[in-house]
Amino acid sequence: MAELWTNYGWPGTVILAQSLAVLLPLLIIVAYIIYLDRKIWAAVQMRRGPNAVGAFGLLQSFADMLKFLFKEVVIPSGSDRSVYLLAPLVSTVLALSAWAVIPVNAGWVVADINVGILYILAISSLEVYGIIMGGWASNSKYAFLGALRSAAQMVSYEVSIGFVIVSVLLCVGSLNLTDIVNAQSGPYGFLNWYWLPLFPVFVIFFISALAETNRPPFDLPEAESELVAGFMVEYGSSPYMLFMLGEYVAICLMCALTTILFLGGWLPPWDIAPLNWVPGIVWFALKFIFVFFAFSMVKAIVPRYRYDQLMRLGWKVFLPISLFMVVAVASVLHFGNLAP
Amino acid sequence: MNLVAAFFYLFAGLTVASAFMVISTRNPVHAVLFLILAFFNSAGLFLLLGAEFIAMVLVIVYVGAVAVLFLFVVMMLDVDFAELKGGFAQYLPLGALIGIILLVELILVLGAWVGGGVKVASIPSAPGPAPGSTLTNTESIGNILYTDYIFYFEMAGLILLIAMVGAIVLTLHQKAGVKRQDVARQVARTRDGSIEVIEVESGKAVFPQSAKEPGP
Repeated sequence: MAELWTNYGWPGTVILAQSLAVLLPLLIIVAYIIYLDRKIWAAVQMRRGPNAVGAFGLLQSFADMLKFLFKEVVIPSGSDRSVYLLAPLVSTVLALSAWAVIPVNAGWVVADINVGILYILAISSLEVYGIIMGGWASNSKYAFLGALRSAAQMVSYEVSIGFVIVSVLLCVGSLNLTDIVNAQSGPYGFLNWYWLPLFPVFVIFFISALAETNRPPFDLPEAESELVAGFMVEYGSSPYMLFMLGEYVAICLMCALTTILFLGGWLPPWDIAPLNWVPGIVWFALKFIFVFFAFSMVKAIVPRYRYDQLMRLGWKVFLPISLFMVVAVASVLHFGNLAP
Repeated sequence: MNLVAAFFYLFAGLTVASAFMVISTRNPVHAVLFLILAFFNSAGLFLLLGAEFIAMVLVIVYVGAVAVLFLFVVMMLDVDFAELKGGFAQYLPLGALIGIILLVELILVLGAWVGGGVKVASIPSAPGPAPGSTLTNTESIGNILYTDYIFYFEMAGLILLIAMVGAIVLTLHQKAGVKRQDVARQVARTRDGSIEVIEVESGKAVFPQSAKEPGP
């Protein structure tokens, strides 16, 4: 019995505790990220945004969650029941599981694996299944068309994200996310972070991240004002909430990834006295919120793309540029003897 | 028996079960979804072997790209399975023959291995990192792939490129009369070519120069 505990019980308990330590703060952060998103959007349009539930509307997301949970789950009669209910679960669970490898401070990571960035790439390439399954299982042509558009968009932009990550990896020489952050520390402080040396790639990554997470101006799969949420059109209640949760967790993941790959993760802007007293997690959070603020501002001020323009941007503009950047970065590293 | 062994049986059992479901389920979309589950679990098996790079690449390439295309095709084609089932008896002998050949081959290989005909040590192994080195397995794969096997690697890449070019050539049709957005033309447009300032006489209408005189 004691052996059973040391073999299974204790490791299981540790894994459970670590997962909870990541998931609980993450879900609370997502609730406030949604609130922040709506507030920023409202401020740009000179509205007040959510302000009724709790002080300054701070509890709005929780009120929304309760409302979703207590609604009846309506399953369309012609739908494929099991796949219909599986789809939102797939999209949420995958989005959450990618957070296992995200380091928010030196050593603060559940799984410090060697192939961290590949793991994230793998998980985010799976996220498209939630969408396809949801669109197909609804047995509605609008949902299906929305799913096809969404899937095509996610697959297209993943290619350029892959190349962007390759050019960052060339500079680091490791697939481990902690190594990627550590490789960015240097004598010039924040000028050493990869956003400056790899500026074109940084811009491509930011725009591709918007497209990959179906954020405006690339939100045509769900285009709230014209298509009524695309592949989610037949969903309501908790399954719908899970889809939205998965989407926002994926957005947070992209913000965290931008922070890690280009903005130096938990590193302080200058490695000098008052700045390096601040714990790394605070710097990480500040950079994370800054990136999310940029995401929100783009949502508020940029008009929506047309579908053919979106595809042209992905395949004819970003793909060649990012491919060229891989070659350029590799050449500079090789001929400048800078390779790690 | 420890946690690793427990996970091995979990992944292996799920792989076999989902592989069985791929061929036994009636709905083609469900079959593809089970295939994805099988891929995913074999990636788990690779992870247990310590081959994390291969595991991740398996998920990215097979699950993230190949299986998405499968799923698209199966969903779009709307395969009528009742009709396919009708031809089952017709193809049964051929299918059974192939199945039996594969089974015999498997038995022969397994028999030779278990019976001691083939020593594992006698199979030439690929040059790997020296035991005890701190190379990660991504680095060791890279060291081999871009040095000893660079020719095969490049050749595989070329074959894929040719396949891609072929697919594009087969599907690319330039239809005449379709309105297309030409970004270069839009950007090259200047004020002079697009705008004309006209002095309008009071009480008179202005028409484009190509327009005829208006009717009453």
